[in-house]
Amino acid sequence: MRKDFKGKVAVRDLTLSVRQGEIFGFLGPNGAGKSTSIKMLLGLAKPTSGEAWVLGVPSGDVAIRRRIGFLPENFRFYEWLTPAELLRLHGQLCGVDAGQLSERVPALIDLVGLSPHRDKRLQNFSKGMLQRVGLAQALIHEPDVIFLDEPTSGLDPLGRRMVRDIIRAQRERGATVFLNSHILSEIEITCDQVVFIREGEVVTSRDLRTQHEEAVRVEVRARKLTDQCVAGLARWSTSVQVDEEWLTFMTLSRESLPEILRYLAASGADVYQFTPQRMTLEELFISVMGEDRGF
Amino acid sequence: MGVWIMAGITFREAARKKILWTALLAGAAFLLVFGIGLHFQVGDFRNSSVPPFLRYQVVSAMLMIGLYTVDLLAVVMTTLTCVDTISGEITSGTIHAIATKPLARWQILIGKWLGFVAMSGVYVAIMFGGTIAEGYWIGGVLAQHPVSGGVLVFLECIVALSVTFMFGTWFSTLTSGVITLGLLGVAFLGGWLEQMSGFTEGSRLAMVGIISSLVMPSEAVWRRAAFEMESPLAGSLQFSPFADVSIPSPAMIGYACVYLLIALAIAVYHFGERDL
Repeated sequence: MRKDFKGKVAVRDLTLSVRQGEIFGFLGPNGAGKSTSIKMLLGLAKPTSGEAWVLGVPSGDVAIRRRIGFLPENFRFYEWLTPAELLRLHGQLCGVDAGQLSERVPALIDLVGLSPHRDKRLQNFSKGMLQRVGLAQALIHEPDVIFLDEPTSGLDPLGRRMVRDIIRAQRERGATVFLNSHILSEIEITCDQVVFIREGEVVTSRDLRTQHEEAVRVEVRARKLTDQCVAGLARWSTSVQVDEEWLTFMTLSRESLPEILRYLAASGADVYQFTPQRMTLEELFISVMGEDRGF
Repeated sequence: MGVWIMAGITFREAARKKILWTALLAGAAFLLVFGIGLHFQVGDFRNSSVPPFLRYQVVSAMLMIGLYTVDLLAVVMTTLTCVDTISGEITSGTIHAIATKPLARWQILIGKWLGFVAMSGVYVAIMFGGTIAEGYWIGGVLAQHPVSGGVLVFLECIVALSVTFMFGTWFSTLTSGVITLGLLGVAFLGGWLEQMSGFTEGSRLAMVGIISSLVMPSEAVWRRAAFEMESPLAGSLQFSPFADVSIPSPAMIGYACVYLLIALAIAVYHFGERDL
């Protein structure tokens, strides 16, 4: 998909697929086109060109929305409603019958930890509480695909763990979760697969079930490291740091390690230590995206 | 089903807006002042030698002034309460949670429109009915065709509502409010110019008034309502909002109905096409 706004490109060329039943992380710096992409997938915005399918039908199809749940970033709704009233309303809009609603509404309020506040109006809710009730409305019709846009941004650590547990429970139920979050540590322990997008294009994707086998940070202790040798490492890594005898860099593939080692030796460096270490998702993110370019 | 759910929630949302309650408070104050004024006038007539037929005409004229005030209050209240329901919810993101539900965009917009139609209807019924009732119980006069008049005032509100919805799908809350109120101003001015043209027999002035009514037919609808309800004396008052110098034809009422439907159709189309 591509999306232009008055001559400015918001999403350049987004091509991705999400497997059924997985938790999919959608990562990128500010302004990368994540929210616009989600809007196009949900039919809130029309792509300038290209197409998307959700659950096998073109995105934006009205009927298929019975099987789609969505938590917008900064969820807000009519403030005079109570959580129970809000959930009932959204359930009715999704075609959930009254009998099911009478069971699901209190269960979901309990699930998101709002039982003590069930009769309070939303106007008295904090941002985190609104996120919780927003998450509940996204689940009220037991959707097959759930889009969550920054679901933990206003939550405390306990709230984040709750969201994590709910997301995992949805996967256990067989649902697919499309997760957009800036909290990489959350993504890392929750998602099965992630894609990194920048300027509306997928830069790379990683299967987090195996990514630790691929992406590594390498610490090297070596002497006779020339500037030319260090600069040559850019072939395998975007982040190279030198501190006297210590050379640290990140590489996206373990497969390149023997080649890097041979390169260092061929460059005349005396290598005393060569230690690959597991990369966190944050390190991977920085490695893929490069330094902050002021997005 | 979705349309009626949206209509219900919109009605409840509208009923909680401060502007509605302020308008109702202003309306209550108006009814109080109108009732007191009418009471005093009727009392003064008892001690005077004004002939009964003239008393009747004066009280009828007062009633028309009251109904005109109700008309202005209702149109402005309708415009101000609905002005942010589309643009405001798009800006705040509230619409995102609704527009991703299994509802077509037209269902959302028509549901909201129906909610405001109901709210406007309740307001007109209370204010218009209250004024008519005061005129009858205190002044002893009844408008000529109160039902026709009430329906036309309601129609005028729906015209303003539909136009506000149409602009709300394009512009920000403030901009669409300013444009709609500006159009109501044009219609108001055009109505007076048309009245004046009837008095001076100025055909070019009449043309300006007619074009203004075509651009925004709200004032023309009121003048037809006034014609339906007025007493002969009130109608003979020159340069008044209820003078029968230039009476909009039934065709103009038909035009107003088509106008509001076109405005609504444009709103539905643009809301369905735009990004949210």
